[in-house]
Amino acid sequence: MDFPILSAVTFIPLAGAILILLVKMLTGAQIRPDGTEDERVVYAGIMFSVATFVMSIVMFLSFDLSGTGYQLVEEVEWFSGIKYKMGIDGMSLLLILLTTLLTPIALIASIGSIKHRLTEYIVSFLVLETFMIGVFCALDLVVFYVFFEAGLIPMFIIIGVWGGVDRIYASFKFFLYTLLGSLFMLAAVVYMYLTAGTSDVVQLEQFEFAKGAQTWLWLAFFASFAVKLPMWPVHTWLPDAHVQAPTGGSVILAGILLKMGGYGFLRFSLPMFPDASVLFQPFVFTISVIAIVYASLVAWRQTDMKKLIAYSSVAHMGFVTLGIFSFTEYGVQGAIFQMLSHGLISGALFLIVGVVYDRMHTREISAYGGLVHRMPVYATLFMLFTMANVGLPGTSGFVGEILTMVGAYQASTWAAAGAALGVIFSAVYMLTLYRRTVFGKITNPEVETIEDVNLKELICLIPLAIGTILFGILPNLIFDITRESSLHALAQMAGG
Amino acid sequence: MFDLEAILNTIAPELLLAAAGLLGVTIGALIGDRFNSLSFKVGALVLFAAAALAVLYWPGGRAFDGLVETSSFANFAKVVSFICAGITLLMAEGFLRQHDTLRYEYSLLVIFAALGMGIILSSSNFMTLYLGIETLSLSSYVLASFHRDSPRSAEAGLKYFVLGALASGLLLYGMSLVYGFSGSTSYEVVAEAEASIGFMFGMVLMITGLAFKVSAAPMHVWTPDVYEGSPSPVVAFFATAPKMASMVVFAIVMFTAFPQAMAFENWQVIIGIIAAASMLIGAFGALPQANLKRLLGYSSIANMGYALVAVAAGVQYGAGSLLIFMTAYVIASLGLFGGVLSMRREGGMVENIDELAGLIRRQPGLATALTVLLVSVSGFPLAFGFLGKLAVLEAGWTAGLMPLIIILVISSVIAMYYYLRIVKIMWFDEQTADFEPVDFWVTGTVYVTALVSVALLIFVSPFSELAASVAAGLVS
Repeated sequence: MDFPILSAVTFIPLAGAILILLVKMLTGAQIRPDGTEDERVVYAGIMFSVATFVMSIVMFLSFDLSGTGYQLVEEVEWFSGIKYKMGIDGMSLLLILLTTLLTPIALIASIGSIKHRLTEYIVSFLVLETFMIGVFCALDLVVFYVFFEAGLIPMFIIIGVWGGVDRIYASFKFFLYTLLGSLFMLAAVVYMYLTAGTSDVVQLEQFEFAKGAQTWLWLAFFASFAVKLPMWPVHTWLPDAHVQAPTGGSVILAGILLKMGGYGFLRFSLPMFPDASVLFQPFVFTISVIAIVYASLVAWRQTDMKKLIAYSSVAHMGFVTLGIFSFTEYGVQGAIFQMLSHGLISGALFLIVGVVYDRMHTREISAYGGLVHRMPVYATLFMLFTMANVGLPGTSGFVGEILTMVGAYQASTWAAAGAALGVIFSAVYMLTLYRRTVFGKITNPEVETIEDVNLKELICLIPLAIGTILFGILPNLIFDITRESSLHALAQMAGG
Repeated sequence: MFDLEAILNTIAPELLLAAAGLLGVTIGALIGDRFNSLSFKVGALVLFAAAALAVLYWPGGRAFDGLVETSSFANFAKVVSFICAGITLLMAEGFLRQHDTLRYEYSLLVIFAALGMGIILSSSNFMTLYLGIETLSLSSYVLASFHRDSPRSAEAGLKYFVLGALASGLLLYGMSLVYGFSGSTSYEVVAEAEASIGFMFGMVLMITGLAFKVSAAPMHVWTPDVYEGSPSPVVAFFATAPKMASMVVFAIVMFTAFPQAMAFENWQVIIGIIAAASMLIGAFGALPQANLKRLLGYSSIANMGYALVAVAAGVQYGAGSLLIFMTAYVIASLGLFGGVLSMRREGGMVENIDELAGLIRRQPGLATALTVLLVSVSGFPLAFGFLGKLAVLEAGWTAGLMPLIIILVISSVIAMYYYLRIVKIMWFDEQTADFEPVDFWVTGTVYVTALVSVALLIFVSPFSELAASVAAGLVS
């Protein structure tokens, strides 16, 4: 058997977490009198997450871009026909790389801003990383479900322990919303396993469920993925969770956890329930367009920077569902691209908010203004990501939005028109945000002494900036990787 | 007539328990208080030995003209119950010493209760069933009021006794009706009898009596009160060993004594309703609770509801699932009840949930292990409890019990809320008072059960195959 590289990538963070905990237990707690902790533990955490990133690069190199189907497959019997089966295609490969890139960035961003219970913080992030990678690798429904659900606990703890004032409420809301959706999916998984006699994703793609059953199964999966994505009207947990989460938590939440919903649609809903997917296309289009327009308008009225970006995430994820359910190559490719691009951009925007929050301890837009006079580098980077979020040509945000709209246009003109409205609104709220925080005269005396981005923050932001511009100019880098998997999903639909 | 081998095959562990219990009474009478401390360790050893005997004489047999018969299904439950009883005994010593009630009678009562569990699991006749249930129940009543100087403990014992006696009466009345209409008390003969109206009546009364023993709604009302009043180690015992044994006996009685198509149709509906009511009452009842023991009481009611879904699924689909679910539940409960309930802080025992605040800072290892156990009990996919719930879902689905599946899903979400609340208090809230170190055996149990819960999630294959083969034995 070959070296199980997928399991290695998945479980290195977990091993690191256990190691850190053991070392801490053996050396005793090093908590200083003021409640802070030795900061070296962060570097240990960063080391493990960087090791995971390196490992995922190795995985990328051993992945055959021209190959079809799932690669690097690992299979071990778990119990009664359910296998621990891992394997990736182009789409999961990209999302894994995004995960392994964003985790070290989220950890680096926490240096200095997280002071209490640092070890637990690092351990939670590493455990979370394992579960996130596992979600994208799993090729067995039950294994997928386990990873999908398990990620809730570390995120629950991250929001609940290191979050803002209302962290407890936000963490409970986050947890219970997601759990309710997921349990319907669990019931569907059990049904599929019993009907098809297997929970292997590859075999389930070939299995044809009866049309009536497909409707119910699709709805059960939709309940879970729609909450996770999140789609209107079940998005209300997201602004709360984002606002209360620490910066690192927001980066992971927006960057990766939201992508699990889109991933789930492409991996399961489309190939396994093609008839139901077609049946529900108008429904998904409707709520996607509502999400795009409504969330954009809500974002416009926000006074809290994080909340604004959270609502902008809801709007941008609307493009993802629009693209996926257009059932065209443009749409699906665009949706995957949009997921990646949104992961980079929204992650960066939350970091940008974190930079000033660490200095001023407020996220109120009105507390800022005139930042450009004191923080020129910051203003430049902020401008770049603002433009990317608006979808300016030359940034990755543009490619995702234009392709999903082209795809949607082929399926429904009205949906595309509605979505285009969202693009305009996104310019409105993002530019308003930028203008009110960065431009103008300095009104708040505290801003007079604020300092520009430091090295740590640059290390976090620069890779994301490079990615945003690079993929905006050369989107084919991504499309070459994802073409096979999007064609595969569409072929399953047509053939199924 | 006197076939020693058959007898040993069938009730070897019970013989050991009976002998050890009687010997213990004698030794206690002779040396009195000097036996107090020793009896706990020896008692646990005897219980573990009984579990070993059950394994040794696998897969069981039949003796005394069919009065007792041990299937491998029953043997499985015996092994788990005896081990649980032994561990609760080990955990009890420290607690009882602190409260100045370390008396050898405690271990003897647990041994006699285990004897009762063994007998009901081995019975294939209503008479032995009743004898076993009474042995178990009478020991339990006394255990509930073991802190005889505490009015709450005495109240718990009395309440348990009065209600338990009523339930036993119903059970006995049901048995007599079934006997009257079928002409026999043997499961085999009853299974062949025609399911007339009177017969059904008897069956329903028996279900009511058995539902009391597993604390299923609507016969659940005693549970929170008795849990609240009883000494903590007794609660840990009640929630594990007897629950495992009674639930499996419930299933055995339904599966082997009432398999007729008409009877099955009826008891499936009745048990389905009981299961639904237990799940909902357990989930909603726990929500407003501030007292830890009451909350855990409601949680066990809800979990019994889940187990009853597997029973309602019938022998073919439900038997294996029931074993997986119950084993997952008792493993997690053992550590959870034992750990949470023996927590002490300045000024006494932890009684309310709020008093667990900030445990993570004082004892991070213990708090993490308890979190794993809570996760397992709630059926969340990070521990073995998830596979238990998955098995029940699977059983319910194959048997076509759609409404039960939906209620199961909804009540799981509600239940998740109050389990999470405990996690939240342990992890997020500010510590209000200092915790005292926890007894060695309790800490050990918490860690071991947490580890086993996670390990069995990953290496479940041999276990689930065993459960399936054991269940298959019951079908044929």
